[in-house]
Amino acid sequence: MQFEFLLEQVVNGLVLGGYYLLIALGLSLIFSVGGIVNLAHGAFYALGAYVCVELTKRLGFGAAVVISPFAVALLGILFERFILRRFYTADPILSLLVTFGLAMVAEQAIRMIWGAAPVSAEIPQSFRGSVIVGDFLFSRYRLLILAVVAAILLGIWLLLHKTSFGRVVRAGIQRPDMVAALGIRLQPYMTGIVMLGVGMAALGGAFFAPITTVHPAMGAEIMTVAFVVVVIGGLGSFWGVIIAALLVGVVRGIAIHFEPAAGEASIYVLMFLVLLVRPRGLLGERIEKFE
Amino acid sequence: MIRTSRRTLLQTGAAFAGASALGFPAIVRAQTDKIRIGHLTPLTGFLGVIGSYAQLGAKLAAEEINGSGGILGKPIDLLSEDSINPATAATKAQRMLEQDGAVVLLGEISSASSLTIMQVAERNKKVFFSTGARSDALRGKNCNKYSFHCDIPNTVMVNAVGTALSQKGMVKGKKFFTLTADYIFGHDLLKAAKTFFGAHDANLIGDELIATDVTDFSPYLLKVRQAKPDVVCCNLAGNQVTNLVKQYAEFGFPYPLVGFNLNTGDAWAAGAGNLSGTWPTVWYHTLNNPTSQAFVAAFAKKYGKPPENHAWIDYVTLKLLAEAINTTKSTDSGELIAYFEKQAQFDIGKARKAYFRSWDHQLVQEAYPFTVKPKDQMKDQWDMLVLGDAVPAANDPLETIYPTREQNPCEMKA
Repeated sequence: MQFEFLLEQVVNGLVLGGYYLLIALGLSLIFSVGGIVNLAHGAFYALGAYVCVELTKRLGFGAAVVISPFAVALLGILFERFILRRFYTADPILSLLVTFGLAMVAEQAIRMIWGAAPVSAEIPQSFRGSVIVGDFLFSRYRLLILAVVAAILLGIWLLLHKTSFGRVVRAGIQRPDMVAALGIRLQPYMTGIVMLGVGMAALGGAFFAPITTVHPAMGAEIMTVAFVVVVIGGLGSFWGVIIAALLVGVVRGIAIHFEPAAGEASIYVLMFLVLLVRPRGLLGERIEKFE
Repeated sequence: MIRTSRRTLLQTGAAFAGASALGFPAIVRAQTDKIRIGHLTPLTGFLGVIGSYAQLGAKLAAEEINGSGGILGKPIDLLSEDSINPATAATKAQRMLEQDGAVVLLGEISSASSLTIMQVAERNKKVFFSTGARSDALRGKNCNKYSFHCDIPNTVMVNAVGTALSQKGMVKGKKFFTLTADYIFGHDLLKAAKTFFGAHDANLIGDELIATDVTDFSPYLLKVRQAKPDVVCCNLAGNQVTNLVKQYAEFGFPYPLVGFNLNTGDAWAAGAGNLSGTWPTVWYHTLNNPTSQAFVAAFAKKYGKPPENHAWIDYVTLKLLAEAINTTKSTDSGELIAYFEKQAQFDIGKARKAYFRSWDHQLVQEAYPFTVKPKDQMKDQWDMLVLGDAVPAANDPLETIYPTREQNPCEMKA
């Protein structure tokens, strides 16, 4: 019995990791291509949640969860065009400061528009409750999230490996100078990557709105986990982030199973151990750009 | 050489004189024209949402008091700040008393922060009204002469809900699983719950301590299912409650979820379709009482939404404090303490008047259990709760639901 419950925690952790992935992967992509650590990433997550709640009132949850990431991704275009673009070649400290400032501005803007009190959101009736397979229990809603995340991952992998867009982006990550020498401007590709990253963060927010508190500071909350995932996986590594996100979810689940009090600390301990052995994260060895 | 140094000396002296000319009168003016009151409450973190309501409540009270002539003929200068965490709370409390010239402090929701402010108050020999902290220990083994406690303590919340649950046959012989906030408040609440379970033949078959920054409860919910309890009981605080309630609805467990602590702000945030069960409250805006309704109307007019229970408690605390200062004609701590210890009665917008119990400084007042309204009967998004009858029942003395002198280890040093 004990083993089954443990396994249940592992599977649940994988689902949760899949969810962390939505936020961490975008953060990692924007860093890989643009060299920018986007501290405003959490703000787009929060915006995704708020826009989804607003749209749910008018269109229902199904439409809202699809439309809100696209709406926020459009904001991402403006973000890239008017702010990020100035900092690709500048001192990374500047982009850190700017995106950090932007995160605070966004949080305050949310407070002004929607108020400091949380807004409420609900799961549609058809996705409530849990599915029991054998002895395992899954939340119906989280299975939906898992399916969507898996589809998105597949989509991104195909985009990066099977399209000309992806080839240029990957080349840009490895050898930006060579891409430039071939006469290819990386900037339009960067716009696409920022849209994608921001859209994924917003989708994460939209999906989590019905099962967590939707409040102005929620962006700052998720950023901690997202950074832990990216750092463990290795900055800029696609597979590294995926492995790290799943690992973080599973380690937390197991820690809570055996020693609940250590639940939250466990992911930092994991980060510490990984960085001791691999200072650049699990798969972060091929980043040469920032050394 | 000598001339230069003399000139430097003169310049420095002039600068000092200038600074003190600018600086001193300002301080003097603050002391003579206005009465400064320090208000601390968490505006960020897991209690930030209810804390922002507390701030609105205190501000409204200060405006109303100033509108009707202030205290001792002087307006209140309310200094309202974010206490963030216990360390910041203590630092700011210290600064408010020592540098800003606050004559008295009030506020706080976090029991951990309240405890640090209580120590500052005692050191500075100034009165502190802990408005929203509920840990029994604050008015028990940690009590001190300078601290007063306005919200109901954990024991009262447990008794209010426990009584309601007993009447539904949900306590005797039942298996409880508790989820508890991992800080002084939660530990204290769990202790009160255990006492209640012990006295009413209920079994506690599992308990999980949960850090205050946890937002995902799924691993804990799996453990709940593993234990197969009869009732799941939430001893969490602030945002934690909202997250748990939403995720509990998500997993759709058959075990009823009840709780020994809830603030209406967290209930509103959870949403109508997610919350169920029986919970305690100290106050709710639908309470049918003229003082309460006047407050609700003024609050809604000013802020465009109904007040939350922390808005109410900070509002009534500042009001009763003003009443006390006007009656004693003094802001002196000793005189105020003596006045409150005479158990002066205050109208706090409930059926029965409230008073600070002389030996532990607890504001003795009614409490209420509530259940959740079906969604289709709600008038608006705030009309979520159905209040049960006040506890204790009208013919029982108010103190029957509070810890007795034997149960409460409070000993105040003179």
